[in-house]
Amino acid sequence: MTVELLIYIFVMALTTYLIRMLPFTLFRKRINSPFLKSFFHYIPYAVLGGMTIPWIFYSTGSLAGAAAGTVCALILSYFNRSLIVVALSSCAAAYAAQLIFTLI
Amino acid sequence: MEIRASRLKFRHGLRDGLPIALGYLSVSFGFGISAVAKGLPPLPALLISMTNLTSAGQVAGLSVIAASGAIIEMIMTQLIINLRYSLMGLTLTQRLDDTFSTLHRMAISFFITDEIYAVASSKTGGVNTRYMYGLGLLPYMGWAAGTLAGAIAGSLLPASISSSLGIAIYGMFVAIIVPPAKKNRGILFAVAVAAAVSCCFKYIPVFSFITQGFAIIICAVLAAALAAVIFPVKEEQNDDR
Repeated sequence: MTVELLIYIFVMALTTYLIRMLPFTLFRKRINSPFLKSFFHYIPYAVLGGMTIPWIFYSTGSLAGAAAGTVCALILSYFNRSLIVVALSSCAAAYAAQLIFTLI
Repeated sequence: MEIRASRLKFRHGLRDGLPIALGYLSVSFGFGISAVAKGLPPLPALLISMTNLTSAGQVAGLSVIAASGAIIEMIMTQLIINLRYSLMGLTLTQRLDDTFSTLHRMAISFFITDEIYAVASSKTGGVNTRYMYGLGLLPYMGWAAGTLAGAIAGSLLPASISSSLGIAIYGMFVAIIVPPAKKNRGILFAVAVAAAVSCCFKYIPVFSFITQGFAIIICAVLAAALAAVIFPVKEEQNDDR
C-alpha cells in the first residue's frame, strides 16, 4: 500500500465523515428553503445518473457484453426486482453476451 | 415534537439492520470487484469500505484514485456526492432522545447512509443510542465483508468472469434509479439531464480536460438544481425507496 494511496483514502474518509458528523452533532434547527429541500432530494439520483451513463458501457471487457447487461438491468429494475437480483443478472447477461460474441 | 425516552433496545436495532446488511453484502461485493479491476489490492479496497461506508462516493473516489486526480478533486467529489448525508443527519436530529450526548452523536453519525437513515427516521417514537448502534453494526460488517470477498474473488477469478462482474455495481445503480424514476417525473428528469451532461463530458473533445470526478460534480449539481426549479418537491412528499 503506497503512501499516495493512503493519503487518498484518508482524505476521502475524513471528508465523508465530516459531512455526516458536523450537521448531526451541531445543528439544532430546520432547513426551510424549498429550493434546497428539492435540491437535496434530487442530488442522489442525479449523481447516480451521471455516474452510470455512459460508464456502465465500459464496465466490462466488451461493449456488447456491457450493453446486454445494461438492457437486462433496465428491464428487471423496471419490474422492481431487488438490487441483488438486478446486479447479478446483469453480470450473467454480460458474461453470456461476451461468450456468444467470442464464439461467432 | 418532543421526543420522550425511547424504549428501543440494541437487539431491535440488530433486527432492523439485518436486511440492510444482506443488501450491502452484495453491493460491496461489486465494489470490491471494481476496486481490483481499477488496480487496487484487496486490503486498500477493504480499508476504503471500513472508513467510508458509502457506495456512490466510494465508486467516484476509485475513479479519482485511478486517474491520480488532485486531492481537491477528491474532497469536492465526496462533498457533492455525500452532501445528502448532511441533510439526512440534520433531519434525524429532530428524532433523537436525550441519550444522545455529543460523543454519541459524533460516533453514530458515521453510520448515516441512505438505508440506515430511512429505517431510523421511520421510527415514529424517535430513537436512542442503543438502537442506533445496533442498527449500524450489521450493515457495517456486511459492507466490509462483501468488499473483501469481492476484491479477493476479483483477483482469483478468470478475466472473462471478473470483467463481467464489473457491471454489478452499475446494475445496482440502475435498480436504485429506475423504480422511483417511473413514478416521479422530477427524478426521471434529474437522471436524464445528469446522464446527458455526463455523455457530453465523455464524448465532446473540448471537455476532455475535465476529469471524471469534476464531471460527476458538475452533472449532479446542474441536474439537481434544474430539477429543483422545474419540479419543486412538495412538503412531506416521500417517494424515496
